[in-house]
Amino acid sequence: MMRIISMAQTEFRIALRNRWVAVAVAMMVLFSLVLSAAGSAPTGALGADRLSVVVASLTSLAVYLVPLVALLMSFDALAGEVERGTLPLLLTYPLSRTEILLGKLVAHVAVLAIALAAGYGLAALAAWMGDDRALAGLPALWRLFWSSMVLGAVFLGAGYALSALSRRPSGAAGLAIGLWLGLIVLYDLGLLAALVADDGGRFTTDVFPWAMLANPADAFRLFNLAASGATAAAAGLSGAANSIPAWAALTSLALWPLAALALAVAAFRRVTP
Amino acid sequence: MTMLTLSHLTKRFDGLNALCDVSLSVAAGERVALLGHNGAGKSTLMKIVLGLIAHDEGTVEVLGAAPGSTRARDGVAYLPENVAFHPALSGREQIAHYLRLRGLPASGARALLDRVGLGDAANRRIGTYSKGMRQRVGLAQALIGTPRLMVLDEPTSGLDPVSRRDFYAILDGLAAEGTAILLSSHALTEVEARTDRMVILSGGAMVAEGALGDLRRRADLPVRIAVTPSDIPCSTTTLLMALPGSEQEGEQVVLSCAQDEKLAVLGRIAGLSERIADIDIQPPSLEDIYSHFSRRAGQ
Ligand SMILES: Nc1ncnc2c1ncn2[C@@H]1O[C@H](COP(=O)(O)OP(=O)(O)OP(=O)(O)O)[C@@H](O)[C@H]1O
Ligand SMILES: [Mg+2]
Repeated sequence: MMRIISMAQTEFRIALRNRWVAVAVAMMVLFSLVLSAAGSAPTGALGADRLSVVVASLTSLAVYLVPLVALLMSFDALAGEVERGTLPLLLTYPLSRTEILLGKLVAHVAVLAIALAAGYGLAALAAWMGDDRALAGLPALWRLFWSSMVLGAVFLGAGYALSALSRRPSGAAGLAIGLWLGLIVLYDLGLLAALVADDGGRFTTDVFPWAMLANPADAFRLFNLAASGATAAAAGLSGAANSIPAWAALTSLALWPLAALALAVAAFRRVTP
Repeated sequence: MTMLTLSHLTKRFDGLNALCDVSLSVAAGERVALLGHNGAGKSTLMKIVLGLIAHDEGTVEVLGAAPGSTRARDGVAYLPENVAFHPALSGREQIAHYLRLRGLPASGARALLDRVGLGDAANRRIGTYSKGMRQRVGLAQALIGTPRLMVLDEPTSGLDPVSRRDFYAILDGLAAEGTAILLSSHALTEVEARTDRMVILSGGAMVAEGALGDLRRRADLPVRIAVTPSDIPCSTTTLLMALPGSEQEGEQVVLSCAQDEKLAVLGRIAGLSERIADIDIQPPSLEDIYSHFSRRAGQ
């Protein structure tokens, strides 16, 4: 345990010095502020408090941003050690490869938590100042916060796996961008195209829900929208997936970090320094 | 007590024999130097001992356990060649981290850095260190927790002469307390004075092993005798005629003879003492002995 903590402490310090903390916080704060400003138009008599509205738009933002930040922090985690030549020495210390990965994970999740707290916190503050009913949206914001961390952990694990597989930072960066494009952008586009082509047939009823659950980013979006009852208002894929219950999305979201980390450990075990 | 035992160790890198039937053991308190040309397999042998890479044949036992097992890693310190650290950390932070990984309090970092002469730079980032200073951080981490076996790959590379001496003094202290030390080096003279035994690898095979005296005897290289005549050029000619196999080299008459002929030749020279101003006997140098053993087949 002390070894994991020491590993995490050292990694966090490195992230701080490499300005990763600053970059992640700046990104989250900037985008949150833009969203708050865009969402500050009067919500009218529809009933939803302003914070709940902001949470819905933060969710669609987080789907893109959280995996991106997570992959940016993790692609270098092992390939960088290999390239710097620091890995052989570390591996002769009495700590397991799983402990090394867990230490890095703890540090990177902490960086993510700081960035998310800053971004979401600011958005919440802005919403609350414009609408004193906004406190009603706090549970949804909290749900968004911790599920964002889970989503981040999934992509941190995936990033470590890619980092271990490619062994060179440049190669790992390419793979990470590919993964992000594939899972976050192309996957949804593909599903949308399939839905349109299928036009309510077998694919829409039998395959599509599973396809949504199989992608951690979609599961994250579904969970947050379903849990806040905003699915009906949501556009696009999530609207089409309103038959999927929140618990199913949550199960998928809970299993993914474990799978990603197991993958990372397996890939790391195969690295010979 | 034996800290490290290798028997019939063989390692192949796709077709290339990096190590070939190497057997070796290092006892507690023993300092063993691993010598050999570039690419002889020294670093490969060390990485196998550390469990960083797998071997193909033979057995390796480190502190009575398998290489890379928790038990072995607990008691073994390693200094890799070209040791590297994250440039954003300070020397003290890096050593504190390594201390905690070995379950020791981080407060010992300063004392370790002082011991390798880095006390003043302890709080500067390693990225700003010179090569020798980085090497000393590597030494400091290898000293953590009085290891039972130290595996040091070219530990003195990049160190200035004074720090080299200090470093070997530290090793002497550790060996006296029972630490087994296996180090590789290309600096023959320091290895000669500071280790108990030498192991010479050549092309992955162990070609010689033993204390320097043993190796000197086994190599049986000729002794060079240089005689300065008392009266040049007259005595020179006499000496050249009287000593078969001798040659003139500048003002001296030089001949080489096998170890077991040495006394006979010296006796003959002594008989010519009125013709001789001075005599100089040069035993084979360390480099001679080393290259005698390290010459690869066909070279
Ligand atoms: N990962 C590897 N893949 C393929 N060949 C390797 C690998 N590592 C080492 N070798 C080869 O094994 C041989 C021994 O290398 P090694 O690094 O052990 O030499 P060395 O004795 O440490 O040399 P030096 O004095 O230059 O440090 C070399 O021919 C080298 O090319
Ligand atoms: Mg080497």
